[in-house]
Amino acid sequence: MDFSPETMAGWLPYLLGGLWISLKVTAGCIVFGLPLGLVLALAVSSRSPLLRLASLALVEIGRGTPGLIMLEFVYYGLPQIGLTLGTYVAAIAALSWTTGAYTSEIIRAGLEAVPFGQRQAAIAIGLNPLDRLRFVILPQALRIAVPALLGFAILIFQGTSLCYAISTPELISRAYEIGANTFQYFPVLVLAGMLYAAISIPGSLIVGAIERRMGRHAMR
Amino acid sequence: MLSDAQLIIRGLPWTVALTVSAFVIGAILGLPIMMARRSRFFPVKATAVAFITFVRSIPTLVWLFVIFFGLGSGYIQFSPFTAAVIGLSVIASANMAEIYRGGLLSIHHGQWDAAAALDLGRVNTFRDVIWPQTFRVALPSAATYAVGLLKDSSVASVIGVAEISYRGYQLSQITYRGLDVFGIVAAIYIVIGLPIAWLSRVADSHLRAKVAH
Repeated sequence: MDFSPETMAGWLPYLLGGLWISLKVTAGCIVFGLPLGLVLALAVSSRSPLLRLASLALVEIGRGTPGLIMLEFVYYGLPQIGLTLGTYVAAIAALSWTTGAYTSEIIRAGLEAVPFGQRQAAIAIGLNPLDRLRFVILPQALRIAVPALLGFAILIFQGTSLCYAISTPELISRAYEIGANTFQYFPVLVLAGMLYAAISIPGSLIVGAIERRMGRHAMR
Repeated sequence: MLSDAQLIIRGLPWTVALTVSAFVIGAILGLPIMMARRSRFFPVKATAVAFITFVRSIPTLVWLFVIFFGLGSGYIQFSPFTAAVIGLSVIASANMAEIYRGGLLSIHHGQWDAAAALDLGRVNTFRDVIWPQTFRVALPSAATYAVGLLKDSSVASVIGVAEISYRGYQLSQITYRGLDVFGIVAAIYIVIGLPIAWLSRVADSHLRAKVAH
């Protein structure tokens, strides 16, 4: 087992390149998944039963299915109907669905936490339904949801490791590749684990700090 | 279609065995870890905090790789199933410790005061007064976590445990009918997950009535 600093330093640029890809996939999931989550959150509480049922199905499938299966479904499944996606697109598409499903529940909890008086006040000053949502309800709901959404972002970052199964060249795929070439599996996998921790641990600390800060100003 | 489902369902005992053993081991080990986390003796507390933080900040897949390929290449060889049970149990123990701690924090401090007033010892206070209530409060989170663990067990397919995801993957590579195959696999996870969630809601409403406030 080769734990020498020279060897580790030799692997590091390649692994950091993989970490960068993991972070890009994470960013893609947030960029596409978060708006999806917002739409789903609103659709689930819509008055149209068809819309409600469809969005509920999307949410329950997204939450009930393991991330790994979502990835394999999109990457190995969609070609069956003639839709072949590259590994990056498949990774972002599959995990955005998961992100949308989970964040829709978080945002819905945020929407429900906005005091009812806010809605009544918005109606009283004559705002139309869209403006009520845009200027009164959503800004407050999203603020309530921020800590949980950030916490989920860390989980989805960890979830990008599943992209190994559809051979996205992200951090753990690259670590495994080095392991297979040098047979130094243990040191390189531990190093990869440390790199995940190097993002997740500061991330959780920041989320915790934001949570405490927002808790102090929470409206009751 | 039917034969696909039949082939995949053969992996179900492995999925269930993996989930149940990791959950049971995690639920047992989580208790001492939670107590260490609350210890007044700093080195014990710091070790527990470090353990929980590290375990939770590294993805499941990485843990399984480190145990199966890392330790397996020259240290200790595990079968894929053993490696998966070890990895998932370690992760479950850290998460269960946090779930227990959350439950404990919700117990009204009057319960401790009352136990002290009755001159109960530390062991009796915990065993007879605090723990039964903590367990009831923690049950819904524990059930939610059990569903999460069920889904996490799919990661074991990557190191070759022949559970339902693994069988789905093999089948999809042979038949090129990934849509049907992974649709079935997803449906199985959802169908197993639903009753766990339902049972926890039922148990929660029964047990919550027995927690003092």
